[in-house]
Amino acid sequence: MQLHDVWFILIAVLWIGYFFLEGFDFGIGVLTKLLARDTAERRVLINTIGPVWDGNEVWLLTAGGATFAAFPDWYATLFSGFYLPLLIILVCLIVRGVAFEYRAKRNEKRWQRNWEHAIFWTSLLPAFLWGVVFANIVHGVAIDKDKNYVGSVWDLFSPYAILGGLVTLTLFTFHGAIFASLKTVGDIRLRARAVAGQLGLVATVLALVFLGWTQAHQGTGWSLAAMTVAVLALAASLAANQLGREGWAFTFSGLTVVAAVAMLFLALFPDVMPSTLGGNWSLTVDNAASSPYTLKLMTIVAAVFTPLVLLYQGWTYWVFRKRIGVQHIPAPVQDH
Amino acid sequence: MELSVAHETIARWQFGITTVYHFFFVPLTISLAAIVAGLETAWVRTGKEKYFHATKFWGKLFLINIAMGVVTGIVQEFQFGMNWSDYSRFVGDVFGAPLAMEALIAFFFESTFIGLWIFGWDKLPKKIHCACIWMVALGTMLSAYFILAANSWMQHPTGYKIDPATGKAQLTDIGAVLFQNTTLVVVFHTLTAAFLTGAAFMVGIASFHLWRAKREGEPDRRKVASMRTSLRVGLALGVIAGLGTAVSGDSLAKVMFEQQPMKMAAAEALWDTQAPAPFSIFAVGNVNQGHNSVELEIPGILSFLAKSDFSSPVPGINDTAAAEAAKYGGKPTDYIPNIFVTYWGFRLMIGFGMTSFVACLIGLWTTRRRLFLAPEHRTAEDEVPKLMLTKHRELSPQLTKWSWRIGILTMGFPLIANSFGWVFTEMGRQPWSVFGLMTTANSVSPNVSVTTQVIALTTFTTLYAILAVIEVRLLVKYASAGPNTAEQPPATDPTLRGPSSDEDADKPLAFAY
Repeated sequence: MQLHDVWFILIAVLWIGYFFLEGFDFGIGVLTKLLARDTAERRVLINTIGPVWDGNEVWLLTAGGATFAAFPDWYATLFSGFYLPLLIILVCLIVRGVAFEYRAKRNEKRWQRNWEHAIFWTSLLPAFLWGVVFANIVHGVAIDKDKNYVGSVWDLFSPYAILGGLVTLTLFTFHGAIFASLKTVGDIRLRARAVAGQLGLVATVLALVFLGWTQAHQGTGWSLAAMTVAVLALAASLAANQLGREGWAFTFSGLTVVAAVAMLFLALFPDVMPSTLGGNWSLTVDNAASSPYTLKLMTIVAAVFTPLVLLYQGWTYWVFRKRIGVQHIPAPVQDH
Repeated sequence: MELSVAHETIARWQFGITTVYHFFFVPLTISLAAIVAGLETAWVRTGKEKYFHATKFWGKLFLINIAMGVVTGIVQEFQFGMNWSDYSRFVGDVFGAPLAMEALIAFFFESTFIGLWIFGWDKLPKKIHCACIWMVALGTMLSAYFILAANSWMQHPTGYKIDPATGKAQLTDIGAVLFQNTTLVVVFHTLTAAFLTGAAFMVGIASFHLWRAKREGEPDRRKVASMRTSLRVGLALGVIAGLGTAVSGDSLAKVMFEQQPMKMAAAEALWDTQAPAPFSIFAVGNVNQGHNSVELEIPGILSFLAKSDFSSPVPGINDTAAAEAAKYGGKPTDYIPNIFVTYWGFRLMIGFGMTSFVACLIGLWTTRRRLFLAPEHRTAEDEVPKLMLTKHRELSPQLTKWSWRIGILTMGFPLIANSFGWVFTEMGRQPWSVFGLMTTANSVSPNVSVTTQVIALTTFTTLYAILAVIEVRLLVKYASAGPNTAEQPPATDPTLRGPSSDEDADKPLAFAY
């Protein structure tokens, strides 16, 4: 295996980590409207991810930075090509971060309601748009000989891509509902299970069609294996959820996200951004990669620091392992 | 406007606006993280209540600020690819490495430990809780280091070769990128300036509370105690950081004279090579004729800044431009940056930065320790200090009033200085994005339409303006409320294993969104 293959795997790992973690974050954000019945319940949901959402989001920044370092052309083509969807994602992530931090800082109804609306929409839109973006990456887009995307923004919203967006949206919301049932206590915990059951069925149907479509279009033996794991894990998660085994349900919903994203990367390899314009214009792990020196350097850095990150992020989840319910939500902060 | 020019202009405006905006929050985040860490350490070690209240108070302001720093930083990570794809393709092999390291090493650090710190008051033993904020502080500084190493490479590319097959830059020596002298002095300068910014922020807000307490007569003495300590910490830090900013600025100028003579000539509007070269106090230049129409200067000082003696020649704009044109082709005027912006940016940076340093120096003297004061002028730790000129002489009521007011005003000065500093150093490098290797004009994304760029520029500007209003109002609210002196630290130090009995099962969280 060559270094640029290793880096393809590492980039995949970073995106998988990102979608596993921010997947349930986005799900929780969407559920503040689907599941929570009042302000106290909304606060319960928001606080299940309170201490961790920021660290989860860094997986995206790292995926972006690592792509810049290891595959500069991939980074350049992707971000200049998918400009407007990414702009919307950026705006959402900006508003979302501020919304979490500022919502409780003023004790005014309107202020809090506005930030709650913001949390819902800025979680829903990226959850959908990331699916659109990845469907386009895997399927291929109009890339010219200079490695530039030459299609229009509307070309990015093909039926296949929209389906991809719906898959990530429903899958993340399902994953979030399972997370909510794992992290809360009281009435909301039971309702989270019920919502997860319904969302899981929708996600299963959509994911089967989308992953099957991907497999038929450009699948390999490996991607078929990953797809099988994803589908089985989704079924297992639904079953565990039905039985009230929340730890297992979350393990399997997480595995579903991991296997589904892995399948997309397996279907993509050895391209990183296929061109639909033919020629030899596809970006591949070979022609988009950095020099061996940079790849080797970054491999060492990643090998040292990624385990460290997993260690202290894992510890954070342990520190905040306690379930929370409405009784744990403190009275609104006074003006201090 | 010609299309390619519009392309470059809009992309530059977006970069300028989003970056200057981001950099309002960065220096405050860097310095306040360390200041809060210091205050919490003081509380953990001494158990004194005033340190606890100060930690909570500055911590709150720090969090309001870092939230904005974090989210505006996301844009920075991605706009290279969005607006500057040709730049990204050309430099990614070199420039991407420090960026990826920043994310993997620094961002994870700060964002994970900040979560632990915010929510961990009742979950972590206080020593570990305190260690978390130190981790955040370390993360912010590491982050600054990596991004400044990347920027320094744009100012002075090193440790690379141009790949003959692709014509792109390739990293050959990461040590040269991370530890070149440009990086080291820029990091020193930026960090000291960041601490000056945080110090002035502290001085301003503490002055506000102390001055209000003095006027009201019947103040909350615990609030006064924590604000008085904050004021002294801020003043001392401001003096140290201000000195550091001046010293590092001088070293940086010497490095720039050597590596980017055009930038320094532009900083001085020095059109013709002179020996000895004067330092300009005021000038109005005429770019087309290549000389100043009005000027006021001090002889010899510029030579000293550049080479540490009063007579060395300093190359002027015209000679430097001609040399660059001979080397890279084109007309000499292609290589002259915007002189008005660089000249005044340089002056305003120094002016605002050093004003806050002097203000801190005066403040440190007038609020000095009891030991240096006559007994009748000494004040208790929880009283508003008298502003003392000499051992026996207090400042007149008028001067006292103005001193406190200036203390409050000082808060904004380093922020202004920082912005002008960045505008100066980035615009002074023009027409280059990577000095000597790639021009800014050739860096933009060729496939992004002007319409798309205008949408993005409008979106970011509008969003940032709205968020600025929200942020500033929130800061004013919390800053003017002052520390919540009714708040008490947890009665028992939490253990990592958590409470063993079920008694605490329904206890509300110490902090919740």
